[in-house]
Amino acid sequence: MSSYKYHVLICGGTGCTSSKSELIKDNLENILKEKGLDNEVQVVRTGCFGFCEQGPIVKFLPDNTFYVQVKPEDAEELVNEHVIKGRKVERLLYVEPTEKEKIDESKKMPFYKKQIRVALRNAGLINPDDIDEYIANDGYQALAKALSMTPEEVVEEMKESGLRGRGGGGFPTGLKWAFAQRAQGDIKYVVCNADEGDPGAFMDRSVLEGDPHSVIEGMAIAAYAIGAKKGFVYIRAEYPLAVKRLQNAINQAKEYGLLGENIFGTDFSFDLEIRLGAGAFVCGEETALIASIEGYRGEPRTKPPFPANKGLWGKPTIINNVETFANVSPIILKGAKWFRSLGSEKSPGTKVFALAGKVNNVGLVEVPMGITLREVIFDIGGGIRENRKFKAVQTGGPSGGCIPAEYLDTPIDFDTLTALGSMMGSGGMIVMDENTCMPDVAKFYLEFSVEESCGKCTPCRIGNVRLLEILDKITSGRATIEDLDRMKILGETIKDSALCGLGQTSPNPILSTMHYFKDEYEAHVLDRTCPAGVCKNLITYKIDKEKCVGCTACARVCPVEAIKGSIKQPHEIDQDKCIKCGACYATCRFGAIEKI
Amino acid sequence: MPKIKSLEDLLKQKEAAKDKLSLRKIAEDDNIITLRVAMGTCGIAAGAKETFDKLLETIEEKKLENIRVIQTGCMGYCHAEPTVEVVEPGKEPILYGKIVGDKAKELIEKHILNGELLQDSIIGETHTSINE
Repeated sequence: MSSYKYHVLICGGTGCTSSKSELIKDNLENILKEKGLDNEVQVVRTGCFGFCEQGPIVKFLPDNTFYVQVKPEDAEELVNEHVIKGRKVERLLYVEPTEKEKIDESKKMPFYKKQIRVALRNAGLINPDDIDEYIANDGYQALAKALSMTPEEVVEEMKESGLRGRGGGGFPTGLKWAFAQRAQGDIKYVVCNADEGDPGAFMDRSVLEGDPHSVIEGMAIAAYAIGAKKGFVYIRAEYPLAVKRLQNAINQAKEYGLLGENIFGTDFSFDLEIRLGAGAFVCGEETALIASIEGYRGEPRTKPPFPANKGLWGKPTIINNVETFANVSPIILKGAKWFRSLGSEKSPGTKVFALAGKVNNVGLVEVPMGITLREVIFDIGGGIRENRKFKAVQTGGPSGGCIPAEYLDTPIDFDTLTALGSMMGSGGMIVMDENTCMPDVAKFYLEFSVEESCGKCTPCRIGNVRLLEILDKITSGRATIEDLDRMKILGETIKDSALCGLGQTSPNPILSTMHYFKDEYEAHVLDRTCPAGVCKNLITYKIDKEKCVGCTACARVCPVEAIKGSIKQPHEIDQDKCIKCGACYATCRFGAIEKI
Repeated sequence: MPKIKSLEDLLKQKEAAKDKLSLRKIAEDDNIITLRVAMGTCGIAAGAKETFDKLLETIEEKKLENIRVIQTGCMGYCHAEPTVEVVEPGKEPILYGKIVGDKAKELIEKHILNGELLQDSIIGETHTSINE
């Protein structure tokens, strides 16, 4: 038992930091010092708690009180009430969105109830800048254990665990290691792919920010297993906090001798360096990533040869993603059998998802594989905002697809998502409600892929631009039914012929939305309407004469003076002048303006 | 900074660092004993803060690891403040009243260590909670 009465944990992830969590910590510390309580209360800045929607989060221990949306100026009240008087500050407690009930402890929150944290085991618990806290929670014991095993035994354990690459492809990690172990070469490398680029995904960033040592330890174990002495973490420069914490963690591990020469007194030596990427999406593709580390343009090449045989500088290299490495230590320490007790038969373990879009509880969640989409979106995510209807969930980022409501009860793992025409990807999960237009969504993702294409191969460089042009025709009401067929054929051709994963998967958002929401595409093409009321060219604003009271509010906000009418008389919109900005629609308090 | 050269070194380092996390790990554990000290205005006025400190002090002195002391709002027994509720996993909670001075130490020595109730200090529950 430590001499502190309270530990106050403050989320130090990127989200909460941008909402001034650092200032909350400073304020708390200053006030505690003023009142002579700094020996009784320890304030710790941790990694992400996952509940980003409600950030900044401040958690009081040991009573587990979970305060949400805390502001720096709340610090004084928290100290006066919680610490000194022992009363909870009611107004800062979380209000559950469906029942409107206040919940004071994280354990009682539906958001946390179904979660199992393996990769995120330390995020939100330890101070990522203190190696001792990582060690106190069993850190580096797995490395010590691995070093007492033979490299073959380590690989065997990983194979048995059934861990599949969490970066998206889902390739068996143990098998990848076995290839690199068998590959000939005196020099081998271990690379961590931290080039998280999917729109809406932030799990790798959160692991690195909240628990950088778990990645270092996983990489060291991998290095021992394949016989590498050197490792690189390729991380995008847009993640400054993650870079800073990781660099600090590397320095601390070196000081302790947990990186460097003769680790744990054995003849195993391993050193680690950070390589910054400029944030190009294609650099998440392993061959492009290798080129980028070598100092060339981040362009992919054909495989084989696979990096496990010919990788960085032509040497055998394993590249795993951040979350994959974070899973390694618990597997070695607790065994493959324990890992297999979580998740589904073919996809053991847990997966971290970045839940975003129109759900009530946006955030980072780690759940066992095999959980259904409904459980994630409705139980953990708290359902759809403003009680709207669920329409689809987009998984796998720009490489994935949209899954409609009828598949909400599908257990999620690598294979089921692929079977539905989407994919796991790195774990982005964007929830869409009835006000989402599917061709418009497909256009958003395709625009991303077009912008991020490296341009090396023709199908991706030119094919995707042509796809985007057709989508543009569809959403602006200029397309014909032949365009739909053309888009499908072109999409499938790009899938078959592009050089790397980016190109091969870029038509997925189109193909999957065309498959599940064909009606919507047809409505755009045949009826020239947008059922969701999103595509500007296809909607018309009209005033319902019965409901209009003639308050003139709409006429006043219209930027092009398209609304005419005298006061207290029904108004009218001049369709020729209307630019469909929707200002009148948003302004009318009588529901008199219709969007058709 | 001493280098960690063996598993023994690592475990030593872990032992030394353990205290940093003990309070946090205890909070996550469902199998621990919780001592709830009522700290409403009446409780504080009756000396609940001293009771709270005394409980912590005794726990530290006896090096007990599976126990946490948390403060709660007024439990409604203002006449018997300071009140301490002992919640052991899988058992009915026991509510003690007028835990002042050496009573706090006694509570830990007798109830927690020897499983012996402090008969004189128990207050009978007079209400049912909707959460139970």
